[in-house]
Amino acid sequence: MTDFTPVEMMTIAAARALSSDDVCFVGIGAPSAACNVARLTHAPDITLIYESGTIGVAPDVLPLSIGDGELCETALTTVSVPEMFRYWLMGGRISIGFLGAAQLDRFGNINTTVIGDYAHPKVRLPGGGGAPEIASSCGEVFITLRQAQRAMVEKIDFFTSFGHGEGGNHRERLGLTTKGPTLLITDYAIWRPDPETKEFTVRRLHQGVTREQVQDTCGWKIRFADDLDETPPPTDLELGTLRDLQARTTAAHQRMV
Amino acid sequence: MAQFLSLSEAIRQNVNDGDTVAFEGFTHLIPHAAGHETIRQRFRDLTLLRMTPDIIYDQMIGMGMARKVVFSYAGNPGVGLLRRMRDAIENRYPRAIATVEHSHSAMAQAYEAGASGLPMAVFRGYKGADLIKVNPEIRSVTCPFTGEELAAVPAHRPDVTVIHAQKASRKGDVLIEGIIGVQKEAALAAKRVVVTVEEVVPDFKGLHPNLCILPHWTIDAVAVVPGGAHPSYAHGYYERDNAAYLEWDRISNERALFQQWMEDNVLSVGPEVFAERVAGLRR
Repeated sequence: MTDFTPVEMMTIAAARALSSDDVCFVGIGAPSAACNVARLTHAPDITLIYESGTIGVAPDVLPLSIGDGELCETALTTVSVPEMFRYWLMGGRISIGFLGAAQLDRFGNINTTVIGDYAHPKVRLPGGGGAPEIASSCGEVFITLRQAQRAMVEKIDFFTSFGHGEGGNHRERLGLTTKGPTLLITDYAIWRPDPETKEFTVRRLHQGVTREQVQDTCGWKIRFADDLDETPPPTDLELGTLRDLQARTTAAHQRMV
Repeated sequence: MAQFLSLSEAIRQNVNDGDTVAFEGFTHLIPHAAGHETIRQRFRDLTLLRMTPDIIYDQMIGMGMARKVVFSYAGNPGVGLLRRMRDAIENRYPRAIATVEHSHSAMAQAYEAGASGLPMAVFRGYKGADLIKVNPEIRSVTCPFTGEELAAVPAHRPDVTVIHAQKASRKGDVLIEGIIGVQKEAALAAKRVVVTVEEVVPDFKGLHPNLCILPHWTIDAVAVVPGGAHPSYAHGYYERDNAAYLEWDRISNERALFQQWMEDNVLSVGPEVFAERVAGLRR
């Protein structure tokens, strides 16, 4: 299949990174779509958890918020929010945390708190919610983001969620024992941190995307892998599953409106 | 001991100017009718505790009732930003507000500590996060057994917690089901508790033995307000009014439009309008 959008490719590439063995803490938006496409295609036994306390959800349509009734109705169990953060997240039972970002730097540090100074912000964003501890307590962190100069910056204005800090062994120095960000999936490329420096490096370009396009939409000078290759395009099954899910979601939300 | 009161009386007897109040409900069962009653009674200088300030606190902040907001995620869920809260933070309109910002994990565990009668919550968190630099209430303790450095935040002890629930028994015991959020912890952490409910049933006999129930002796006032969570939802009763959340983005974006909306939909009506608002959302 050749006719797909960059965002569809991003969502499907993110879905492919998940398996039936994963226990995944899901954010709203692209992460939610990716996790559910994985569940509906190659990872039927994946455990999806939303921070509202819903564990093992299988929604027929994508939720608009992390606390939609659909999540609770399809969940294996629903626990209180303190239990969610204590036993399940802090207890180390979640293998993958899936996060988005307003601002991201080359070491996977995320800002969703403010643009500008904290005390006198240019833009007050919603803030971290569960993200600071998702970033430190999940086994590893996947990030999805649409590329833009204002989103991928040399220096983020606020460390909402710690990635690899200054790079290298910064996590270890802080006493963090989890892996942190191990995968960045954008609408143009798939990135992984360099094993030593921890700087995100482009490993794969999505079909039809050039190095220049990736660089022009990123605020730092990008490193490309020596063995750079191409993301396989979406299969009919992947694209069909994503589009059906989105059509069901739109229909359901319109019905309620 | 729970007293059945009208909503206006329940709020009047339990909320005071300058109180620290927690209106809780995590996306689900947000006590909007009680929020509107609190706005109608024009309380001042409140400290507002809530994980997700949401529309309910955007309205109170926009009406100038808040002195301080303690929170962990200030968004309109599934839509975007909270525009009245932003206006207060960015432009000090209609008044400046102090903010104390946490993560969800910290907020949830601060309620749990309050419910447990402990002075603080201890947990593994905030590592490398800049909130430590801007919130002096985030500190650390060293585990006396392992030497691990852990985050510590003070327990939440609201003067009053307000929640919405599905059912009360005739005695005033309260049943919450679905996404239960932090309501039990927030209620048990508070000095006084006000609960609005969808309906009153004779008792909870024959139901599952492990349901989330607050006994009547943990509650001060119960008010029956069908639809009282609108535009959030009540599991088993009515669905979330997603259109209202989208609409709020437009209403809250303009100061004058916001004032007019509050006048028409909050100040000049009573709690009985909530039943009509959910009529089309019932299953």
